[in-house]
Amino acid sequence: MVGKILKRVYVVLLFSFLYMPIAVLIAFSFNESKSRSNFTGFTLDWYAKLFRNEAVLSALLLSLVLALVAAAIATVLGTMAAVGISRMKRGPRTLIMNLSYIPIVNPEIITGVSLMLLFVVIKNLLGFLGPVADNIIGLPSLLIAHVTFNLPYVLFMVAPKLRAMDKNLYDAALDLGCNERQAFFKVVLPEIMPAVFSAFLICLTYSIDDFTISYFTAGNLQTLPIAIYSMTRKKVSPEINALSAIMFVAILAIILIANYREAAGERKKQKAAARARA
Amino acid sequence: MKIAKKIAAVLAASLIFTALLSGFMVPAAPALNAPAEVDLTPRDDYDWMRLSEEGITLNVYNWGEYISDGTDGESLDVNAAFEALTGIKVNYTTFDTNESLYAKLKSGGANYDVIIPSDYMIGKMINEDMLAPLNFANIPNFEFIGAEYRGLDYDKNDAYSVPYTWGYVGIIYNTTMVDDVVDSWEILWSEKYKNNILMFDNSRDAFAIASKKLGLSLNPTTAGEIDAAAHELMNQKDVVQGYVMDQIFDKMEGGEAALAPYYAGDAITMIEENPDLAFAVPKEGTNFFVDAACVPAGSKNQEAAEMYINFLCEPGVSLENTLYIGYSTPNTEAEEMLPDDWKNDPIAYPDAEVLANTETFNVLPDELNAHMDKAWSDMRGGNASGNGWIIPVALGAAIVIVVLVVVLGKKRKKRNSY
Repeated sequence: MVGKILKRVYVVLLFSFLYMPIAVLIAFSFNESKSRSNFTGFTLDWYAKLFRNEAVLSALLLSLVLALVAAAIATVLGTMAAVGISRMKRGPRTLIMNLSYIPIVNPEIITGVSLMLLFVVIKNLLGFLGPVADNIIGLPSLLIAHVTFNLPYVLFMVAPKLRAMDKNLYDAALDLGCNERQAFFKVVLPEIMPAVFSAFLICLTYSIDDFTISYFTAGNLQTLPIAIYSMTRKKVSPEINALSAIMFVAILAIILIANYREAAGERKKQKAAARARA
Repeated sequence: MKIAKKIAAVLAASLIFTALLSGFMVPAAPALNAPAEVDLTPRDDYDWMRLSEEGITLNVYNWGEYISDGTDGESLDVNAAFEALTGIKVNYTTFDTNESLYAKLKSGGANYDVIIPSDYMIGKMINEDMLAPLNFANIPNFEFIGAEYRGLDYDKNDAYSVPYTWGYVGIIYNTTMVDDVVDSWEILWSEKYKNNILMFDNSRDAFAIASKKLGLSLNPTTAGEIDAAAHELMNQKDVVQGYVMDQIFDKMEGGEAALAPYYAGDAITMIEENPDLAFAVPKEGTNFFVDAACVPAGSKNQEAAEMYINFLCEPGVSLENTLYIGYSTPNTEAEEMLPDDWKNDPIAYPDAEVLANTETFNVLPDELNAHMDKAWSDMRGGNASGNGWIIPVALGAAIVIVVLVVVLGKKRKKRNSY
């Protein structure tokens, strides 16, 4: 009995620590004053202001586009790399996997600074190209940086799935008349798709989240985390609370809809199976 | 294929989200829409359109929340107005400290055309040839800058910078919690308000207060002066509740602390939120600061940058910025146009005698800067012997972990091989 109560308390505490900050943040997006300590009245003004704040919105747009493109590129490249690595001999495979592990454990600040130095060197080397060289630091450097730090995550999500897959499936596909390309797209890819999809989502999250590496490689562009960080001299505006609330609700909705559709699909399948048996 | 569908759904959702947002961003007001009674027409003896055909994108780097952006639907969106007026596109981004601005420029990791650093940083950048001399023929609106804000120490000949805002530091306090007269920095050392005092979490501002308390200049000339101030800060540590920057807003508005030093313009904002708060300028004198617009050396669009600076000096634009930021304006015409309660607010526009007893920050020689940084981190870290032990200890720990992993791995292999 006591054990049961303790378990409940533990779960409630755990979830409060996870969700209370978000609840407070959302509550203060409706606060009339700019204060983060006194709740003076209800208003939707901060939402209206947010939709007129071009600086924050363009930073958000950049963050979203960057995350989508970087995640897509990293997922494709990473999956290709994982397939290649899975066919290597054991020694080189371990070497390559460990080499790709280092960027993950390496502090972001080191990745950020070293990428920035690299881009500055490239810019100076390409100086003879004129204005083209100047444009390297900006969107191209930001995109390359994001793809770079996303790649290892894809590798580490897709490679285990490939190893767990039955090797004979691929051979069977070849036996049954597929060429190599068809065998990959019709047999291997569907098998590892859940891992590829998770890798894509992880990349998306890391990209939108990233502050440190973007800060050093963005040149004169500004992603959302950088825009928020620079508000700290004058106080972070509640418009950011409003934006966070919208993003939280949007993500919650996507998760709920995805789960609901999956559950509905399962039920349909079960019904169909039951009918088939009857 | 269920998962493929899911991916498509997520992609579609994000794309729609993005499209919606970009849709919202389009309607930037093309005309200058401002409070009806204020005349915002830019001066007509200036050819604003002369660069409109060149497809210029101007990179502007300013403090966060430091320009009127029209988000309340009534005030002026300064950048959109500039774009509409000149046909020059503005890429507007923001920074959080002078030091990060300096680091970004110095590393060569970005190109900017207009930056707005503070006084001492402008001095430093001039010394290091990082700023371009301005062509004031393109900035006729410089005539509106008041005489008090010209020829200041950091840029004696007004060759590199055009003042944007100014302010000074004072003590903001809660009248329900403080019953003494606040007129001296001494009160920030008072045992009576132990754990109710907040202090700047930035070395230059904190040392300035300690120096002023000792009757010294806030631009130390010897390491001894820095040590004396550091000693004061060390003594103060015991009564300080926390070293903070923007949390001062919440703590003071919420009555969680009694006394804090901060910038005059922000004090006005806090008093609006909590009428129990008041602001005082200590009699020992204080720091007077100016943030000014400059053009970094190497800017490829200097003329457009000067046009932008000229636009910032338009009285109507400066007025809108002043109303938004809350700091004081160096633009005499804009000051004239301010609502009476602002113009006559002794916090925003104090008497000449208050300002006479102030000093601006100057560039410190490198060795004094380093000395101050070290004294500051020693004070904050409470470790007078320094932190030199950290790297050897961390490396030692790493070696121990590696050895452990290897030994344990060997053991397991042995066990498995039986």
